[in-house]
Amino acid sequence: MIKRKLVLSFPENIVTKPITYKLVKEFNLEFNILRAEITPNMEGKMLIELRGDKAQIDQSIEYLTDTGVSVQEAAKDIIIDRNQCVDCGVCTSICITQALILDSKSFKLKFNKDKCILCELCLDCCPVSAIKVYI
Amino acid sequence: MIIGKISILEYYNLLNLNQDLNIMAKTIEEINEKIKSRKVVVLNAEEIIDYVKEKGTKKAAKEVDVVTTATFGPMCSSGAFINFGHPDPPIKMTKVWLNDVPAYAGIAAVDVYIGATELSETEGMNYGGAYVIEDLVLGKPVKLRATSYGTDCYPRREIETYITRDTINQAYLFNPRNAYQNYAVATNSSNRTIYTYMGKLLPNFGNANYCSAGQLSPLLNDPYYRTIGIGTRIFFGGSQGYVSWYGTQHNPGKERLANGTPCGPAGSLALIGNLKEMSPQYLKACTFHNYGVTIFMGIGIPIPVIDEEMVEFLKIKDGDIYTEIFDYSVQRRNKPSYGKVNYKQLRSGKIKINGKFVQTGSISSYPRALEISNVLKKEIENGKFYLTASVAPLPPEEKYSSLDILSKEEL
Ligand code: SF4
Ligand code: SF4
Repeated sequence: MIKRKLVLSFPENIVTKPITYKLVKEFNLEFNILRAEITPNMEGKMLIELRGDKAQIDQSIEYLTDTGVSVQEAAKDIIIDRNQCVDCGVCTSICITQALILDSKSFKLKFNKDKCILCELCLDCCPVSAIKVYI
Repeated sequence: MIIGKISILEYYNLLNLNQDLNIMAKTIEEINEKIKSRKVVVLNAEEIIDYVKEKGTKKAAKEVDVVTTATFGPMCSSGAFINFGHPDPPIKMTKVWLNDVPAYAGIAAVDVYIGATELSETEGMNYGGAYVIEDLVLGKPVKLRATSYGTDCYPRREIETYITRDTINQAYLFNPRNAYQNYAVATNSSNRTIYTYMGKLLPNFGNANYCSAGQLSPLLNDPYYRTIGIGTRIFFGGSQGYVSWYGTQHNPGKERLANGTPCGPAGSLALIGNLKEMSPQYLKACTFHNYGVTIFMGIGIPIPVIDEEMVEFLKIKDGDIYTEIFDYSVQRRNKPSYGKVNYKQLRSGKIKINGKFVQTGSISSYPRALEISNVLKKEIENGKFYLTASVAPLPPEEKYSSLDILSKEEL
């Protein structure tokens, strides 16, 4: 029995497919959705924790990839270095869960950690390397 | 007030016809007198919007003297001229590196130009010309290495030493193209992530990035270059600098809206200022992953409220300024367009492209631009910054050529 934290990205055309159901049914996995962000007309993202047999987990990842879902290992923590950040906001276009947004009044960067699914997509987009990851 | 969708040339013609109607309400000298006696009224380009809405154009033109505009964004066409002073025995430097970043040495013996986008020969995209400039501004030591062929008057063939901002003679930024009047929006229709000077663009219209200070932007508040011209004193990276020329690719002929603003990159400025007086808060080196090194430049330009017509331009807001969305996955000079959007839509965080919601991101920093407009405002109010009339106007007409591959005969 092993445990893995993964980030799943669904292209818009398969967002609604009952993929998660299949993971439980066919691969006999314990499945826990930690965070999810699925918006119609947009890509969906999910941070999940899988528990089960190693072979079964590997198979399920293969199945997911075949369906068009991209699978990625989750990081431990994302930190914004406020001393470096220039509040440009370019990272907010990358963050699909809107953990990174610009304040609607001041247009300064706001980081809502609770919404972050640790997908790491934002890491290489910050021009001043203010976004850091702890693995 | 001249209204209707007119090009910059038509605007200038109308201006000449209406010469006697266009009575100047205020001169630069009068405004500078007010600065001297601390009676000057300054608003930033955001504050003027509501002010005009409340009090009207006439009153605003009478009561407000200066509007401060600003921008803080990556501007690749930037760099610094440096003179190191002469070593003993002297050297005519022909190849020069600063912290392993090549500088251009094809000028006099110890003069170089270090460009912002030049990459480090040892660290690649993690370091470059922009970082050298930032390190100099920060007062950090920078390693200077140079080689030469040696002459009778300059016998030395190589040198390795350390310099700082304070050991060198002159260091001034001369940026051939800054403060672009509007810019495009970049998106990506392909099925792979692409890395561009407009940032990381996710596949299948995963995001869209834009880069302008919008309603705060200098040239969008003076769309026909009535007050900003060659010689205009500006806030430049924390120092007082000047507009030294019109910028490269200056393209005033770009299509314009009735309010005078162009719907894409049009005018631009070449700027000059003393590196030694700059501040790391208003100049910052940066790297666009898989693209390269560039530099965030902070620029502020005061616009004198010379008459009512100027107020009409200055009251512009994000919702009135439009730009065009382009597909950056098409690796050609002409990219397919996905229509126009305004900056209010862009700043809301998402726009619609082909019926699909797409998240937007800004590359230039609005909060930092606002900060600059307020710093400049304070400097003017405190009598530390005086306005200048331009020495010569920016050209209203300029050829915008592309580079074609031709033989000598085809020219
Ligand atoms: S991209 Fe970097 S500098 Fe820009 S807002 Fe995000 S964290 Fe700050
Ligand atoms: S890792 Fe970055 S992009 Fe992913 S959810 Fe967290 S903040 Fe957003």
